[in-house]
Amino acid sequence: MQKKTAYSFPDEILEHVFSFIQSDKDRNAASVVCKSWYEIERWCRRKVFVGNCYAVSPTMVIRRFPDIRSIELKGKPHFADFNLVPDGWGGYVLPWISKMAGAYPWLEEIRLKRMVVTDESLELVAKSFTNLQVLVLFSCEGFSTDGLAAIAAGCKNLRELDLRDSEVDDLSGHWLNHFPDTYTSLVSLNISCLGSDDVSFSALERLVGRCPNLRRLLLNREVPLDKIANLLSRAPQLIEFGTGTYAAELRSDVYSNLVEAFCNCKELKSLSGFWDAVPAYLPVIYSVCSRLTSLNLSYAPIQNPDLTKLVSQCPSLQRMLVLDYIEDSGLEVLASSCKDLQELRVFPSDPFGEEPNVSLTEKGLVAVSSGCPKLQSVLYFCRQMSNAALVTIAQNCPNFTRFRLCLLDPKIADYRTLQPLDVGFGAIVEHCKDLRRLSLSGLLTDCVFEYIGMHAKKLEMLSVAFAGESDLALHHVLSGCESLRKLEIMNCPFGDKALLANAAKLETMRSLWMSSCSVSLGACKMLGQKMPRLNIEVMDEKGPPDSRAESDPVDKLYIYRSVAGPRFDMPPFVWTMDEDFASELS
Amino acid sequence: MVFEKDLNLDATELRLGLPGSSEESIRISNKRALPDMNDDSGVAAAKKCDQETAPPTKAQVVGWPPIRSYRKNSLQTKKTEAETGGMYVKVSMDGAPYLRKIDLKVYKGYPELFKAMEDMFKFKVGKYSEREGYNGSEFVPTYEDKDGDWMLVGDVPWEMFINGCKRLRIVRGSEARGLGCVV
Repeated sequence: MQKKTAYSFPDEILEHVFSFIQSDKDRNAASVVCKSWYEIERWCRRKVFVGNCYAVSPTMVIRRFPDIRSIELKGKPHFADFNLVPDGWGGYVLPWISKMAGAYPWLEEIRLKRMVVTDESLELVAKSFTNLQVLVLFSCEGFSTDGLAAIAAGCKNLRELDLRDSEVDDLSGHWLNHFPDTYTSLVSLNISCLGSDDVSFSALERLVGRCPNLRRLLLNREVPLDKIANLLSRAPQLIEFGTGTYAAELRSDVYSNLVEAFCNCKELKSLSGFWDAVPAYLPVIYSVCSRLTSLNLSYAPIQNPDLTKLVSQCPSLQRMLVLDYIEDSGLEVLASSCKDLQELRVFPSDPFGEEPNVSLTEKGLVAVSSGCPKLQSVLYFCRQMSNAALVTIAQNCPNFTRFRLCLLDPKIADYRTLQPLDVGFGAIVEHCKDLRRLSLSGLLTDCVFEYIGMHAKKLEMLSVAFAGESDLALHHVLSGCESLRKLEIMNCPFGDKALLANAAKLETMRSLWMSSCSVSLGACKMLGQKMPRLNIEVMDEKGPPDSRAESDPVDKLYIYRSVAGPRFDMPPFVWTMDEDFASELS
Repeated sequence: MVFEKDLNLDATELRLGLPGSSEESIRISNKRALPDMNDDSGVAAAKKCDQETAPPTKAQVVGWPPIRSYRKNSLQTKKTEAETGGMYVKVSMDGAPYLRKIDLKVYKGYPELFKAMEDMFKFKVGKYSEREGYNGSEFVPTYEDKDGDWMLVGDVPWEMFINGCKRLRIVRGSEARGLGCVV
């Protein structure tokens, strides 16, 4: 038992004080003050975030934190979203669920991102966590509607079920029927990713009808437009709603029902869905527009003038997602109408077309940067950019926290001066001192990386493709970006020197991804030998690395810090460069 | 300006292939030369890298542009039918162990479609009449339309049919009774 001095607080008081500390960073800081604080803190921590499920083992988490109520786990690297990570790579949640089933019977919240979740895992969740209130499966895969049925049947206290962007095998449309008739506690349901046979509409209607606290409902594409009005009339208290397909023949009864239904949703602030949208039915949401803070039209093939007209009716918008059909002209209208805009995402309607199909250029983004003083987060796909535009944008928006520019031709130069876009991105990092996330594209030399290393001190995540000329570029980033946590690189000529010179830096980061770069096998082995707390994983579908020369570049490389050691669930095309591997072959 | 000759200002795309080549696929060669870190003419290194890691002009680079597959799919559902021309639907026949797929766009009308189905599944479609449906065969061609209903093939104009048909099913006469078939 800890010997207490006259000057120390009783444990209960410290615990009470800690209960006000929610942020992980602060909790971590408190836990290293002294041993007794470490002990008290670990017993009263209720929430754990594991940014890389392989950085630590479930046993270790359970050992340190015996009474967790909320867990968040992330699995695959971000580039898995763009098909760069082959199937079978890993990120399985079952080992976590199995261990937590025994240790955390009172678990209330499970949030998973980019993990492989099987029906078996979901069945185990339903059986083991009777008090589960929140289940979020963000970009997950591996499960079917059978698993969802188990959740529906077993989790009597479920408030939130969110399947965003997950891939679900549709086996039966009736999993919704497994929510018992007595179940009324649903608050948030996101099934927008489900395929055609997954949802029994009548079961959905009944579910919506009996859950008076339902605030968020995002439907899947297959729900026809003529069924929406009925659904909305059962849930006029909704704050966030996602339609299904937004196309139908124009019929006056359907139209007027929709108008009335939307009109009655007095608290609706966020709309999404709008798949296949036709302009004829857009006006039904006009009554809601003035209140909307978030609008996602990124699946709607509507063009101008209908699109711009709609946008101009939404002066309260804070978050806008849209296809490039909005064009520069529409963005200018957005800039003049939506002064509260904080986040803008513009997606390409024809990403693989050779010729531009719309008139969306850098001018649109410049207009928004100039008209919207609160703009903080941008994701912008377009076909041309200039340094001048980027400099203007940077000067207009020094408060950017996230800036992601994607030029459809990844190595395109400044279209006006034919220079690389180094200066433009340099201006972004120089002016936007709070920038946490940056994605580069366009023709870029080592210079831009020098600017990034020099200025981007708060940068946490950097995505790079087809950029730079030498290892110096990578060195600038690794040595200069003090807050860097995640670095992902594809198709850049970066190699051994920068990695080896900054090996220690890698232990301060969550992960580094490099694919189609110039890192040699030899360098990977060396890193594996020298840095036992890093997992150096080499991925190559063509064959084992020992069949190749040391100087051969590896196809894909994923490096992450871990206290759990190398993982044991690797598929045949992933090799870990640990001390054993290196010594076996030398 | 060094980059000028590599830039085709007319198109929005950079052509980074060798002169004379119209197509280039990305070659992840294992013997890729590493650029020299001390190379003062960064431009030369850039050009060298361009040629080695050049994105293909016609083919697509894996991972670029960085768009999630569900987004690409949701855009392409409409385009695929219109542009690439394929309108594939599944065809099943009662009693057959597996399904087939056919491209409806390939056929100009019902007679051609039936011939193809007959060849594929080794059966004969009966004679069609508006009043009675199909006569003279045990098998009747049906299809599932956009509303999810099962309809008799042949009632609506061909264009309307191929735009509404989600899948085909060749049913045994006895089951098709409700569809007006007289066996």
